[in-house]
Amino acid sequence: MTEQEHLQKPSPEKNTETTSVDLVANASKNEQLKHDLDSLLDEIDEVLEDNAEEFVRNYIQKGGE
Amino acid sequence: MAIAKVLGIETEYGITGGPDGDPVTASSILVNAFARNGVTRINWDFGDESPANDARHMPLLTSVAPMVETHLANTVLTNGARFYVDHAHPEYSSPECRTPLSGLLYDRVGEDVLLHAVRVANQTSEGMPPITVYKNNTDGKGNSYGTHENYLVDREIPFAEIVRAMAPHLISRQVILGAGKVGFETEYFEELAPRFQIAQRSEFFEELVGLETTLKRPIVNTRDEPHGDPERFRRLHVIIGDANMSEVATFVKLGSTALLLAVLEDRGSGVFPPMPKTPVRAVREYGADLTLTHGQEAVDGRTRSAWDYQDELWNLAEGYVNGGDGSAVASEAELTLLLTNWREMLDGVRDAPESVADRVDWVAKLRLVNGMRERHGLSDEDPRLAAIDIQYHDIRPEKSLARRVGLRKLLEASAIGEAFHNPPRDTRAYFRGRCIAQYPNEIAAANWDSIIFDLGVDPLHRVPMMDPLKGTAELLGELLDNASSAEELLRALGTL
Repeated sequence: MTEQEHLQKPSPEKNTETTSVDLVANASKNEQLKHDLDSLLDEIDEVLEDNAEEFVRNYIQKGGE
Repeated sequence: MAIAKVLGIETEYGITGGPDGDPVTASSILVNAFARNGVTRINWDFGDESPANDARHMPLLTSVAPMVETHLANTVLTNGARFYVDHAHPEYSSPECRTPLSGLLYDRVGEDVLLHAVRVANQTSEGMPPITVYKNNTDGKGNSYGTHENYLVDREIPFAEIVRAMAPHLISRQVILGAGKVGFETEYFEELAPRFQIAQRSEFFEELVGLETTLKRPIVNTRDEPHGDPERFRRLHVIIGDANMSEVATFVKLGSTALLLAVLEDRGSGVFPPMPKTPVRAVREYGADLTLTHGQEAVDGRTRSAWDYQDELWNLAEGYVNGGDGSAVASEAELTLLLTNWREMLDGVRDAPESVADRVDWVAKLRLVNGMRERHGLSDEDPRLAAIDIQYHDIRPEKSLARRVGLRKLLEASAIGEAFHNPPRDTRAYFRGRCIAQYPNEIAAANWDSIIFDLGVDPLHRVPMMDPLKGTAELLGELLDNASSAEELLRALGTL
């Protein structure tokens, strides 16, 4: 399910050379993904409501429709 | 032949702030702020103003329209949409749209309408706790509010056939269209206690078929209010969807559902996969199954996951389009965009979720939740996770998390700006929107299927619009261009 599982699973029928190339490519892609997520989380940390507990507690709606 | 799938989305937004934190007052302030700012030149309050009351009691006014059933703030926009207070929420109903992309556009414009209203209200109400709105469907405490889709359906299709054909889609489409939710909020899940669900709404559904929307919510809603000629049309009112922040998800939601309705009209319900034996259990449990593998037994004895259902339904829709059908829904290019995204999202959620985090809301939200959990070592109960869930749907660009996760866009900013003011050109919304823009002072009331003009002398004049495909730019554009007053328009239409 996770992106890591998916990306690190080379298909067994491929020859060794291709597999190692794939692994290198995947490793660098993985790093890129991790980097992207890190930058995103930095941004989320900045923008997320300061007092999450109070924010969530006060978010009360009436049912609608 | 399938009939044109005229469609639209009604969205109830979550709301906080305002005087005493009263959501009804805050919602009214928003609607009035929008009208006051002159973005729409027509607005009225059916409670305080007499024109509407007059209109309501006119013997000619046969339809019971939503716009005359409430005393709360209510306005019709120049883009043909309706912006009003429903229960304790501000609600934006898109105008009638001819294709899924158009439906997406006008739903997206709703976010800007709300944003504009919020900014005007907060700038002009000194000392008031600022109002904020969220395009979501639950407060995480057991209170849910709706995002309802509407589709025009041929009256000849028996309702039982609609239920039989469409329930599997409505139950399973959450697998790619769910907006995601942290935790659970109904008794049903107390034992299983899922940490995350793929949809906001699924656990709130209690019946397969019914008329209710707030209690005993049904998977297929039976409201029979076509807002058009009841001899020819039915309006399928779909209450089970989540509000999507992803443009692609909204597009695929409208497109897949409209396309399957067209398949039903052309091929009958027999070509659809069979219903799960226990549909309510299925919709809830699919919603809590992040592995996407858990099957539910269907009436044919086979077990299917939500993913399996979607795979079958995609193949059904793809076969229909490949056979040359689908013009009831959209152009070939738009159908290709639809089928491609539907397929990629479906394969993506199973094989490589990361690859569709730019289109599937629940995947994008889960990525944030898991990322934050790991980064800060948070427990499941940490309020920061619930805060992410809510703030994902904040419509303010400076606060919205959805705007930060890299969701793919289908709409040009210029198109959104244009649709903020102008109606779609290919449905009766065109006539409504242009009349409101051109003759704001001579319209006593408007609703989905009529406009009532008040020329200052008795009687009022009602222009019925019982066919959603009439009143288009093609049919009436020139006439509207040339009518410098409502009186001239009515003469040209033969109403005077």
